[in-house]
Amino acid sequence: MSQYILRRLLQLIPVFFGTTFLIYALVWAVPGDPFAGKCGQVACPPAYIEMMTAKFNLDDSIFVQYFKYLGNLFTGDWGETFNGVSVGELIGNAYPVTVRLALIAVAIEAIIGLSAGILTGLRGKGFLDNLVLMSTTFLISIPVFVTAIVLQIVLGSELGLIDASVSEDATIGELIVPGIALGSLSMAYIARLTRTSIAENRHADYVRTAVAKGQPRSRVVGVHLLRNSVIPVLTFIGTDIGALMGGAIVTEGVFNINGIGGLIFRGIQNREGATVTGVVVLLVMVYLLVSLTVDLLYAVLDPRIRYD
Amino acid sequence: MRASRGFWGATAVVATAALLLTACGGGGSGENKGSGATDANAAVSVYGTEPENSLIPANTNELGGSKALKPVFSALVGYKADTAEPYNLMAESITTTDSKVFDIKIKKGWKFHDGTEVKAKNFVDAWNYSANGKNGMQNASFFEQIQGYDEISAKEPAVKEMSGLKVVNDYEFQVTLKGPFSVFSTKIGYLAFAPLPDKFFADPEAFAKAPIGNGPLKFVSRTPNQNMKLTRFEEYQGEDKVKFKDLEVRIYTSQETAYQDLLSNRLDFMEALPPAAKAGGKYKTDLGERLVEGKLLGISALALPYYVPGYNNLDLRKAISLAIDREQIVKTVMNDTYAPADGYVSRGIEGYRPGICEYCEFDPVKAKEFFAKSGYTGKLTIASNADGGRKEPLVAACNSIKNALGVECDFVPATDFGQWRSIVNNRQLTGMGRSDWAADYPSIENYLNPRYKSTGSSNDSTYNNPAVDALLTQADQTADKAAAIKLYQQAEDLIAKDLPQIPVWEEKGVGGKSNRLKTVKLDFGRLADYASIEVAAK
Repeated sequence: MSQYILRRLLQLIPVFFGTTFLIYALVWAVPGDPFAGKCGQVACPPAYIEMMTAKFNLDDSIFVQYFKYLGNLFTGDWGETFNGVSVGELIGNAYPVTVRLALIAVAIEAIIGLSAGILTGLRGKGFLDNLVLMSTTFLISIPVFVTAIVLQIVLGSELGLIDASVSEDATIGELIVPGIALGSLSMAYIARLTRTSIAENRHADYVRTAVAKGQPRSRVVGVHLLRNSVIPVLTFIGTDIGALMGGAIVTEGVFNINGIGGLIFRGIQNREGATVTGVVVLLVMVYLLVSLTVDLLYAVLDPRIRYD
Repeated sequence: MRASRGFWGATAVVATAALLLTACGGGGSGENKGSGATDANAAVSVYGTEPENSLIPANTNELGGSKALKPVFSALVGYKADTAEPYNLMAESITTTDSKVFDIKIKKGWKFHDGTEVKAKNFVDAWNYSANGKNGMQNASFFEQIQGYDEISAKEPAVKEMSGLKVVNDYEFQVTLKGPFSVFSTKIGYLAFAPLPDKFFADPEAFAKAPIGNGPLKFVSRTPNQNMKLTRFEEYQGEDKVKFKDLEVRIYTSQETAYQDLLSNRLDFMEALPPAAKAGGKYKTDLGERLVEGKLLGISALALPYYVPGYNNLDLRKAISLAIDREQIVKTVMNDTYAPADGYVSRGIEGYRPGICEYCEFDPVKAKEFFAKSGYTGKLTIASNADGGRKEPLVAACNSIKNALGVECDFVPATDFGQWRSIVNNRQLTGMGRSDWAADYPSIENYLNPRYKSTGSSNDSTYNNPAVDALLTQADQTADKAAAIKLYQQAEDLIAKDLPQIPVWEEKGVGGKSNRLKTVKLDFGRLADYASIEVAAK
């Protein structure tokens, strides 16, 4: 087991270099002048462009630029944005909010999705099954930005139950509605995945054995059936945590939450390689660590899976 | 599905941000008089966007940064919110006999927010720093008329001071220009001419994180992408004192969300409205008497580049101009947030004359005649960045041209403002191009020199008429203001004959306020006139 973990951690290194270089190159190698629209209708003064070019090493080849960036990164310097704000500070401001938002979304989608999936999976066809099927189809078919804006306008402007934007502090209470918007799509997937998985395993040998042994129903479902059925769902939730961290662009934009999603978007838009690469490094780490955790959990959940 | 999430988010944010990027200025006022007492200790919040550059006056020329810095710094000259008329703010007097040597006395007893007194040298030092090529300030060229600018703006300047700047005593300094420039005393109200305290020069980078100014509000704190907080400077001496205590410039990623906050009174002021609110004139019913209308100083035009084959044809220019139904487009596509343009200068600018552009009327019959005479064959195109509501009116203009002239007309989109400007600056247009202008300071000069002088910084159509150049230069050098304006007007007359650009519309400036605010005005540069804000007492 420990060897497996070590191997997985070592794999992080090439992935780290690969992704950061790709992102860095993609951001800076985009054709066009990053300073073209900076000074409004007038072209920027040459002295300004020269200074910025020197500051961001834009005259160097992309490889030299990348290694200079990495060098700084290893000394703890995440670089600066065009307006002179340190990227480390930006990430420091943004990530706690996004983590909170992502966790709320995951909690909502896991609780509602799993319970809906278990209920329908156990009962099979019927009114409840049709209801869940219809509502999940509905959720899957509407894009997140629609969900978010509808929730914002109906609950905020129309009913006055919530504020249209999340305040500076971004408390848990304020993040619940954005969390619902963010998690709604995955919630639907989780419900479906769980349902299928449970429905399949319901007739598996080990379930029959457990029932034949005279185990109480709650134990059959809770321990034998659920433990095995939840593995594909777990994989989904795991990758979803990563996706939620980076994919919250829309929700964060709609509710004006100062998080990672907005940061990465602004970075791409203003061609600020330092910001984008910084955030992506962070997201890559999150993805890799989460998928490692998920893999390790498999072994715990299903004793048949071993890593030797 | 996850892809669509990112895509739509991207589209929405690009649209908003580009709208803000491109919206740089203009002028006027809107007012809603309330009754009852004013709460002098209230907090006010205004819609904001993340500043694009470091918070140094000479490095700030876009709306996001200006919103935070304008109230922190007071320049020598201020502009009245209603009329854009300049008045002496920090200056005691600005005197000149020849419009070449300006003697500037400043008011005594003014303080920076750190308690040090504002002296003449604070202006001189600030201007020298800003013009210095080594420091790479975005607004360096604003100092170009001052003697010695050419030496100091070089890449590795040998000098540290412009020869045209001399401190006479603590409260007086003298500015010598390269040649007479009658508009100089109006120009120095621009933010780049603000004084800087001694602390700045010790560590400009630290200063940019917490700017110290001499204006009505002082800097308190800033959380990037979140907000900037300012508070009233109690020792402020100027006449543009504020009548509230705290100001929060709240950064929004989406204009739509800010608008929702405005409607529910969680945000006090927005100087622009999101496209969704403008559609179908929805903002009028949404806001009612909370609507704030201004008079921006700016103009939208179509540049017809001389370097594009076939476009260097006066009859074609006339035909296109006559074929655009400005009234109709302004009303139906822009929902009355713009007004038709009829000249090269905004209404309300001293020297503006109505109807200078004689081909700016809609006249399809005459348009057709000119088009036949031009002998132009092929397709016409209008290019612009397509985001932020730029596309729709231009598509409408194209349709108007198509219907009137019976010629194909296409809208050619560019991805964003940056790409768009690099196309224009690199002279890569293949047809007409959107060419909008927002005045930096309220003067007829600022409309003509940058756009129509052959060496102008924003001469998008590469217009080159020696007679116009000569008149503009002569006007710049005329000490007498009235005589100078006459010369600028003569230049404008020549430009109107050549039609290097086709004026289309002028933005009115439409914003909104919360019902907490009794009054607020929108100034010519699309900023709230902070001095006009009054909050109703509870």
